[in-house]
Amino acid sequence: MANVGAINVTTASVDAAADAMAGPRGARPRRMLSRRNIFLYGALFIAAVYYLLPLYVMVVTSVKGMPEIRLGNIFSPPMEITFEPWVKAWATACTGLNCEGLSRGFWNSVQITVPSVLLSIVIASLNGYALANWRFKGANLFFTILIVGAFIPYQVMIYPIVILLREMGLYGSLTGLVLVHTIFGMPILTLLFRNYFSSVPEELFKAARVDGAGFWGIYFKIMLPMSLPIFVVAMIIQVTGIWNDFLFGVVYARPETYPMTVQLNNIINSTQGVKEYNVNMAATIITGLVPLIVYFASGRLFVRGIAAGAVKG
Amino acid sequence: MGSVSVNKLHLSFGDVEVLKDLDLNVEQGEFLVLLGSSGCGKSTLLNCIAGLLDITDGQIFIKERNVTWEQPRDRGIGMVFQSYALYPQMTVEGNLAFGLKNAGVPRDEISKRVARAAEILHIGPLLKRKPAQLSGGQRQRVAIGRALVRDVDVFLFDEPLSNLDAKLRAELRVEIKRLHQKLEDTTMIYVTHDQIEAMTLADRIAIMRAGAIQQLGDPHTIYNKPVNKYVAGFVGSPSINFIGGTLEQGSEPVFVAGSTKIGLERYAFSGAGPTQGKATFGIRPEHVFMDKGAEDQPFRAEVEVEVIEPMGADTLVWSRLDGNELRFRVDGQTHVKKGDRRWIGFDPARASIFDGQTEMRL
Repeated sequence: MANVGAINVTTASVDAAADAMAGPRGARPRRMLSRRNIFLYGALFIAAVYYLLPLYVMVVTSVKGMPEIRLGNIFSPPMEITFEPWVKAWATACTGLNCEGLSRGFWNSVQITVPSVLLSIVIASLNGYALANWRFKGANLFFTILIVGAFIPYQVMIYPIVILLREMGLYGSLTGLVLVHTIFGMPILTLLFRNYFSSVPEELFKAARVDGAGFWGIYFKIMLPMSLPIFVVAMIIQVTGIWNDFLFGVVYARPETYPMTVQLNNIINSTQGVKEYNVNMAATIITGLVPLIVYFASGRLFVRGIAAGAVKG
Repeated sequence: MGSVSVNKLHLSFGDVEVLKDLDLNVEQGEFLVLLGSSGCGKSTLLNCIAGLLDITDGQIFIKERNVTWEQPRDRGIGMVFQSYALYPQMTVEGNLAFGLKNAGVPRDEISKRVARAAEILHIGPLLKRKPAQLSGGQRQRVAIGRALVRDVDVFLFDEPLSNLDAKLRAELRVEIKRLHQKLEDTTMIYVTHDQIEAMTLADRIAIMRAGAIQQLGDPHTIYNKPVNKYVAGFVGSPSINFIGGTLEQGSEPVFVAGSTKIGLERYAFSGAGPTQGKATFGIRPEHVFMDKGAEDQPFRAEVEVEVIEPMGADTLVWSRLDGNELRFRVDGQTHVKKGDRRWIGFDPARASIFDGQTEMRL
């Protein structure tokens, strides 16, 4: 009916319609330099500078020679670029009697991190899968105990674990440290996996059971291929967490099994002679490089995995 | 004993009784629909038959074998889910073959069976695609195919069409019916809340409510001779008219609601025969006629038209009979308007009368 009316309009209303057409039309114009944009980008810029400036100082200082550093201007770009501090930090910096630099700590950290990450993810994903999909008797109690474990402060557990490791003959060994990291990663990782697997539609799980897949069949053929993002998330959390760990390293390791972070601390705090700021800066950057690379390589998947748990679908 | 038998099945979650002493016997090759509103336990019953839920008490037989404690894979069942439940990382072919691979079927046999299922369901060209690249209708076909390839004795459908739009639903409904005609020996148990699906597909319908079966019978009986007031109200759209009143015995039984008296000499009372007291009179909208059609009906009355709902093929007219709402259906071409006074009529023989207390059919 409305169309019929529109055809029969009088001349006057046609004029009115023409006036109306002269008004704004199409996409609304946007000004680049509106107040909103200035505030927004200004705030972002300041935040970015705030975070990037220390990094800049570190990088710049690490490639300066000591004479140049003594001039005192930490923001000035290097007049003469030298990579000697980097080499020294990696290979020859001394901690006490030992002069192997960070390299020894690096290999210790690798030997701690790789097995801890793999082991904790394998166990936690199975835990999460069993808790989410096979609701066995006492599943809730088990889960509650596990989560409560996450709230007990580390300090409370440090000494008992020292005794425990000593009794097991693992104190001071890399194996002992791997064990500690695996266990301490369990609550948060199990929670992560359980929540992710819970978001997988239940009917999928039922269909697989009707199709004859058992506990392991469903885990490997259905759940695992669907859950790549959450495995990446777990890997990032564990790699950065274990790599950056200082407390367990210093408590449960011996000088020859110290991880990189402890080694870094010892290099920087060794008090003989002058403080070599350039070597310290280089050593710090080298230590932080691994988590940084992990973030850059898998950042996109990380965001996807974090978001995947939130929105069902 | 039939193809699927459920014997005194009982299921409770903690204190909540979900299924109560449920008995059900499905013949081989039969298409049984479990119909009920949400929360009535129909899907739960299906999950129990499939072995996906552990029952509290009772027995389940499939093909005369006691499968009460068997795993789903050993029960000879295939299941189709509402959300399709296709494995997203596998191709259509992989989805169809998954169950066969788990059962250790040889490879050439797998490809033969997949090809046959694909042909029956017209999904041949889709075999190499992933589920995400399929439309809803295609996905559900694949899901049906997954049950089909496994050559099962019993198909279980858990609201398979509820996620589809109306047009696709109608298409797939016919396809499921064709499939059932093709697989003569295969028993199908189908859960739905959609009464059209139930009426069109079923050999027999089981109406469920609060964990118990209210009525089990062929669609015709369920529709025309509902066993109680709940079933009468649940089946049929637009739903049946209920008129509250009393049954009185004279020389002939009469139903009295206010000043309206409906003679029941032609009504076939079941069992013990007519009683007296409070009762509900139910008459379906399509059994009430207007104007000319009403002339030769045993019961006639004049009513005022309150609301009309044109639906194309026919028009639904809302009126009142002695204060009770009365809906009836007239041809879509009939001219009716609000405020009209019209004569209507119906045959009490086609009605259903329910006891006022027990709500059972009289």
